[in-house]
Amino acid sequence: MLDQFDQALDPTFATYNRAVLIARLKAILPADGLLTTPEAMRVYECDGLAAYRGLPGLVALPRNPEQVRGILMTCADLEVPVVARGAGTGLSGGALPFPGCVLLSLSRFNRILEIDADARVARVQPGVRNLAISEAVAPYGLFYAPDPSSQIACSIGGNVAENAGGVHCLKYGLTVHNIQKLDMVTLDGDVLTLGSDSLDAPGFDLMALMTGSEGLLGVVTEVTVKLLPQPVHAQVLLAAFAEVSTGGAAVAAIIAAGVIPAGLEMMDHLALTAAESHAHAGYPVDAAAILLCELDGSPEDVAQELQRVADICEASGATEVRVARDAAERARFWAGRKGAFPAMGRLAPDYYCIDGTIPRRRLPDVLEEIARMSAAAGLPVANVFHAGDGNLHPLILYDANAPGQMEQAEALGGAILELCVSVGGTITGEHGVGREKINQMCAQFSRAEIEIFAAMKAAFDPRGLLNPGKAIPTLARCAEFGAMHVHGGAVPFAHLDRL
Amino acid sequence: MFMEARFPLLTSTASRPGDQSDALAERIREASARREPLSIVGGGTKAFYGRHVAGALFPISGHTGIIDYEPSELVITARAGTPVVEIEALLAQRNQMLAFEPPIFGAVSTIGGVVASGLSGPRRPFAGAVRDFVLGVTVLDGRGQRLRLGGTVFKNVAGFDGFRLMAGALGCLGVLLDVSLRVAPRPKAELAVSLEGDWPTARDRITQLMRRPLPLSGAFHDGTRLYLRLSGPETAVAQAVQEIGGEPAGLVQFDALRHMRSGILTAAKLWRLSLPRSAQVEDISGDWLIDWAGGQRWLVSQDANDRIRASAVAAGGHATLFRGADPADAVFTPLPASLFKIHQRLKGAFDPAGVFNPGRMYEGL
Repeated sequence: MLDQFDQALDPTFATYNRAVLIARLKAILPADGLLTTPEAMRVYECDGLAAYRGLPGLVALPRNPEQVRGILMTCADLEVPVVARGAGTGLSGGALPFPGCVLLSLSRFNRILEIDADARVARVQPGVRNLAISEAVAPYGLFYAPDPSSQIACSIGGNVAENAGGVHCLKYGLTVHNIQKLDMVTLDGDVLTLGSDSLDAPGFDLMALMTGSEGLLGVVTEVTVKLLPQPVHAQVLLAAFAEVSTGGAAVAAIIAAGVIPAGLEMMDHLALTAAESHAHAGYPVDAAAILLCELDGSPEDVAQELQRVADICEASGATEVRVARDAAERARFWAGRKGAFPAMGRLAPDYYCIDGTIPRRRLPDVLEEIARMSAAAGLPVANVFHAGDGNLHPLILYDANAPGQMEQAEALGGAILELCVSVGGTITGEHGVGREKINQMCAQFSRAEIEIFAAMKAAFDPRGLLNPGKAIPTLARCAEFGAMHVHGGAVPFAHLDRL
Repeated sequence: MFMEARFPLLTSTASRPGDQSDALAERIREASARREPLSIVGGGTKAFYGRHVAGALFPISGHTGIIDYEPSELVITARAGTPVVEIEALLAQRNQMLAFEPPIFGAVSTIGGVVASGLSGPRRPFAGAVRDFVLGVTVLDGRGQRLRLGGTVFKNVAGFDGFRLMAGALGCLGVLLDVSLRVAPRPKAELAVSLEGDWPTARDRITQLMRRPLPLSGAFHDGTRLYLRLSGPETAVAQAVQEIGGEPAGLVQFDALRHMRSGILTAAKLWRLSLPRSAQVEDISGDWLIDWAGGQRWLVSQDANDRIRASAVAAGGHATLFRGADPADAVFTPLPASLFKIHQRLKGAFDPAGVFNPGRMYEGL
């Protein structure tokens, strides 16, 4: 299992004197700012990928940027690895403790510092919850657009680390498109401001580089987010299909017609039936796939575009097209989708959520291939799909108590990601590489590319102390695990057309 | 073992017309071995932008061709030397566009130059900048190695976003071979209006309008009038125009603004100030043209460079001597030492021999 770090394949660090580290951190932090016992640290042993666990060396809970700087400089001095953590909702093991690390929790950075409605920005600390921003600015008629499924709990600092998206990112963009300025601290103890209060900053676009860097480059201590005016009106349409491929064709036709929906989600039969029995959303349970399409704007334009989308779906072979009759039905349609993951609990004791992105046009091929792989592995796979942006979430159903099934699910997940790469996609659309997909990085990137990523990390963190063993694999790891992806020199999935 | 054969179509370049990547890589290896600076040139239409590079000309304008364009994917991938007008014409056939509206200073202007310069047009505050639309790039690094950063899909968080870093890096990190850009559908309707009034009045009006979900796609002030452009679904545009009032204006004025063909934008010495929208810049005398709803202000002034720069920084932004810098002048606002150190290390990571456009952005980079 990948929660075990390997001395031969992952970064290693000399042992340090824990008593000295504790003494020096105590001098920096308030009395309640340091956890050192296994009992107290237990809650930090995993993130949202709960199958991967490990205790940190200790947990630091700073309250201000100066304390963060002190912790990082101390760790740099003693060569102690550091793992930053937001709300711990990540799904790729990005906040999994590295053995002996200082786990740096930003949970006490939980204040909204300023809302400037006229400039349409809010200045927030990294531990502020994603949804709390939209709630705080709602009285001004504004909202913060990125809305990952975990938005009720996830923190904005974690969103920056993962470049979080969400259901509405096709229209409103990812985190990188919705932030304006970051304050961060490096392991050198430098306090950097990236971006600015204007729309750009001189020099290289380091804010864009920092976004999605998975805690490998620095620790964010403040974020200025952009806010958008709330749309006047939104409406959602449900279309059912007798075949997944016709649903996929409808998605391509909607986008090609120049419609950019606020949300465009697809669920296959297994996912939609589980969601229906969980949420009673009113989904047609005999369909092979359903599409949910949300449109927002002026009521007249929404009505007009809904009609266009309905026509396209019917022309593509939809067996049924329904528009939510009222706000309650619209909420039910979405509740089914948002509850799709927990609904898997009805089908199997455990599920493993995969996060690849593919070019939309490859959807039918890829789903067919996943079905074949699922049958071969003997593990059912339900598919939930951010169809508008090609982000696929296959959910592998398994039973962790059945010997070997966890490993089988992990292997099937890895194979699905390699399938995504082979059709011109990527191993992670929004969950991040973290620890989970560290081996698949070797499938997506060449040796030279892995080396340049390592050099980019070293530009910020020359000693490699920040979140080691995550996101960017060592060359040794790729030499070991890259090998399994090429069988006898044959390109994997040779029967599929290449990009 | 790495999957070097991921994209078999891309491994050998000899047989594809327009693909000069092997020759470009070879020339880079030579230059790096000799530590010979290269001055990377696309169409050469933005040679005025940035500091002078004393180096051998390294043209990429022969490396051309659309590699992939599928309208339903909202993505186009083209070799860096492809003329941007050719790309825009192709997109227009399918009713799509580059939503960041790059300024184009000539028919030979290349898509590589568009990305490397990082310049965006009037739609920028409403739609995003070049870097927001870059999905992936292939670059040659200083070792002549081909690096594919990012990809062709919108949601992609594997590896660092080195591809966004290339937007606006002025070629200092690598030679772009091809770029994948997200494209947008053209709006169904587009109209412009103008309103009389000075900048403070215009600024307040913009602030009030931007608080609401209106289909704004441009807002500039020429000293006496505010020009607003609205783009989107027919009803939304019509309702907004009715509500805003003013007089009908031509979309052509936004084209002239985008391509910098009008007013002070053609001046021999031109400043670009990037500022918070409502910022007030004190103590600078000169002629202004205010774009990006206040976020980008063009200035022709006889005031001292340092003074202009200091005023921009004091107002929360930065100033670029966009055109007409003397060789000794700084063009971009200097960086704090802590940030400059990271710039130098990134430069060293991509270009260890320091051959790519040395000094184009900053002295010592």
